[in-house]
Amino acid sequence: MQNILLTMKNIYKSFPGVRALQNVDFTLCEGEIHALMGENGAGKSTLIKVLTGVYSKDAGEIHIKGVDKPINVKSPQEAHKLGISTVYQEISLCPNLTVTENLFIGRNEDLLVNWKKCNKKAESILESLKIPAKPGQQLSNCSIAVQQMVAIARAVDMDCKVLILDEPTSSLDEQEVAKLFSLMRELKSRGVGIIFVTHFLEQMYEICDKVTVLRGGELVGEYQVSELPMVELVAKMMGKELGDLANIQNKGKLNAESSKEIIVEAEGLASDRGIKPFDFKAHKGEVTGFAGLLGSGRSECVRAIFGADRVIKGRLKIKGEEASITSPLKAMKKGIGYLPEDRQRDGIIGDLSVRDNIILALQTMRGFFRPFTKSQAQAFAEEYINILGIKTASADTPVSSLSGGNQQKVILARWLLTHPDYLILDEPTRGIDIGTKVEIQRLVLKLASEGMSITFISSEIEEMLRTCSRLIVMRDLQVVGELEGDDMTQDKIMYTIAGVSK
Amino acid sequence: MLKRKQAPSDTAFLLTITISMFVVIYILSIMFLGDKGFNKIQMLFNLFNENAALIVIACGLTVVMITGSIDISVGGVTALICTSCIVCLNKYDFNFFTALILALAIGLAFGAVQGFLIAYLEMQPFIVTLAGMFLGRGLVALIEVNQIQVDNKGFELLSGARIEIPFLGDINKKGVFIQSKLEYGVVVALIIVFVMLWLLKKTNLGRSFYAVGGNSQSALTLGINVKKTRFNAHLLCGLLAGIGGFLYLFHTRSGSVQQATGLEMDAISASIIGGTLLTGGVGNILGTLFGVLINGLVLLVVTAIGNQDPWWPQITRAGMLCFFIVLQSIICSRKKK
Repeated sequence: MQNILLTMKNIYKSFPGVRALQNVDFTLCEGEIHALMGENGAGKSTLIKVLTGVYSKDAGEIHIKGVDKPINVKSPQEAHKLGISTVYQEISLCPNLTVTENLFIGRNEDLLVNWKKCNKKAESILESLKIPAKPGQQLSNCSIAVQQMVAIARAVDMDCKVLILDEPTSSLDEQEVAKLFSLMRELKSRGVGIIFVTHFLEQMYEICDKVTVLRGGELVGEYQVSELPMVELVAKMMGKELGDLANIQNKGKLNAESSKEIIVEAEGLASDRGIKPFDFKAHKGEVTGFAGLLGSGRSECVRAIFGADRVIKGRLKIKGEEASITSPLKAMKKGIGYLPEDRQRDGIIGDLSVRDNIILALQTMRGFFRPFTKSQAQAFAEEYINILGIKTASADTPVSSLSGGNQQKVILARWLLTHPDYLILDEPTRGIDIGTKVEIQRLVLKLASEGMSITFISSEIEEMLRTCSRLIVMRDLQVVGELEGDDMTQDKIMYTIAGVSK
Repeated sequence: MLKRKQAPSDTAFLLTITISMFVVIYILSIMFLGDKGFNKIQMLFNLFNENAALIVIACGLTVVMITGSIDISVGGVTALICTSCIVCLNKYDFNFFTALILALAIGLAFGAVQGFLIAYLEMQPFIVTLAGMFLGRGLVALIEVNQIQVDNKGFELLSGARIEIPFLGDINKKGVFIQSKLEYGVVVALIIVFVMLWLLKKTNLGRSFYAVGGNSQSALTLGINVKKTRFNAHLLCGLLAGIGGFLYLFHTRSGSVQQATGLEMDAISASIIGGTLLTGGVGNILGTLFGVLINGLVLLVVTAIGNQDPWWPQITRAGMLCFFIVLQSIICSRKKK
């Protein structure tokens, strides 16, 4: 039995209105690489933040080797002192300083520093960890991977026992990932316990010993990686049992007679956000869906189509004509609408009224120098407030005072007003109540039956099965399959994600 | 493995450009404007004599700009120091040292209060120091509305003293050898340049300035006390404004409400020409020194060419500032690729 380094027991944490963690246990041994996995809102980052003292826990105990009592971490600095260090995806070093300075600055308050000695020490640290950097090199001249390694080296040199790597591989290419992994193995052999937060399934299988899966703030379980097939892991993350065939009704078949007219066709499209080239077709009156786990590249695909990310490869045809879409405005003018994933950040403008938010997209297409009159705008707004049943005091109410579901409807109204031929809905049902969810799904089907082509993305697989007539399945930024008709079952989706043909 | 030659850091690159610009302009002015006095050593000395105070003040601004902040109160502080020191020297029997202490106290007080507001209460540096600038000028008018001169034998004696380096001088038209004279203020300014050079390069405090300016969030996670570092930067800038203000008085021996107007802008432009980025995290003292010197030299050259109108030096400096900013943004965008 390995030595246990860290135990977290019965951890509870809630925020106003949300139970972020409920009765979660976590155990880390010396020299172990332990993955922490889960979908959006599973509680991964909350657990990490509780451990590092960013949040205080509501209940539960944390023990660390070498301290007799349960520890109560109040700040990241305190966590440091206990030997718990975190390296985030966004590098928390200073790019304008040298490697040595990044390793040693802030570790004491002395006015004078013997930089010569530090440089020598830095050199030996870099050498022992095989990090390809020079002590006097400016950090910004190093690649992202090396910068991350320097951050890890700093943590290791500060006697960290528990190293938390929060999505470290998201911005690395394959070679860099390999380098990072060899560094992780080196640390493992030194007895450091590593918590590896990631959403890349293959990487997890490559490097990790154990995996703890969370879902909806609850512990699903702790597993030996070697004993857990990928398809089961996918099932656990999605919260479905394999062979659970309940409530799979493919209502998308309602539009089986959708015409064969192609609205949007992508050939080998790839964007600068790391998405691998993919093909995609959307027919008139069809609801398509991108299915996959968090971070599998669902949003990146549609963002590439909409021109929100820079397309680096491939061709896009709209209604058979080759189109070069370099900006969202061009996409809008070609009749594409996009309802973004994060409506708070990318969608609504909270201080503006419901009316102004609704006419925004149409106004942009028309140009800001030809504004609508107030009565025109009012007519548009009232029409869609009625159609969608937006619950608002008046069209003048600021959007920020509406509930999440109604905010979502406002954005939907904004796009419907432009009468797009092709509408992309990225997680339109996230964080809204169940009644509105059903309304939105019905609306999607209705719009499709009226001839609009729609792409619908959701983390909830049932929703996709209910609304979509064709599913594109994705894993690790790559399209791995396409399911249609009777093939569209939960099991099939999970097997496709896991890369097992059945 | 292919070994790529280490590219020089941006700081070094910008510094090289600044220094070589200065050297080129100086050599050109000796070649073409030698008869206007540019071939005389005294001309070089005068360049330093005139700009000693600005050098010190610009060092202070470089420090706050490295942390990503700004201080536009230094001109007002300089005027306040001059007038209040003169009043004290003339009426209250202050001597050189007590006047110096007064100057430092004024500078530090401004630095401390502004630093506190900016660092701990997280107010906008521009607004806070704008208020400081108005306050400084306002206080000058409160103390003395008219232009005043130092009337204190001891102080005048010290301020009139010059350093003469043996055999360093020029021969005038009559063939008589005239010693070149350097003011003591220049020595102080150069000492401060070296101290600041060391402080920014080698000490924990100096590197913290860079860390905070480069990425304050990262600096925080690295264990640096960001607020204290910001405060220290403004305190240091205040101290240097105190010294600079005193050197200004030492050189001019007069004080008025309109004195040192735009000095803060001269200091900022010198820092920028010297390679300091307004966004923080990049900058160096040697560059600032040469930034001040280039500004001063261009002024001399433009006047020597015969454009006595006051707008020509301004337009020339605008052009230079433009040139350096474009250069910096090219370097920055090249790095992003």
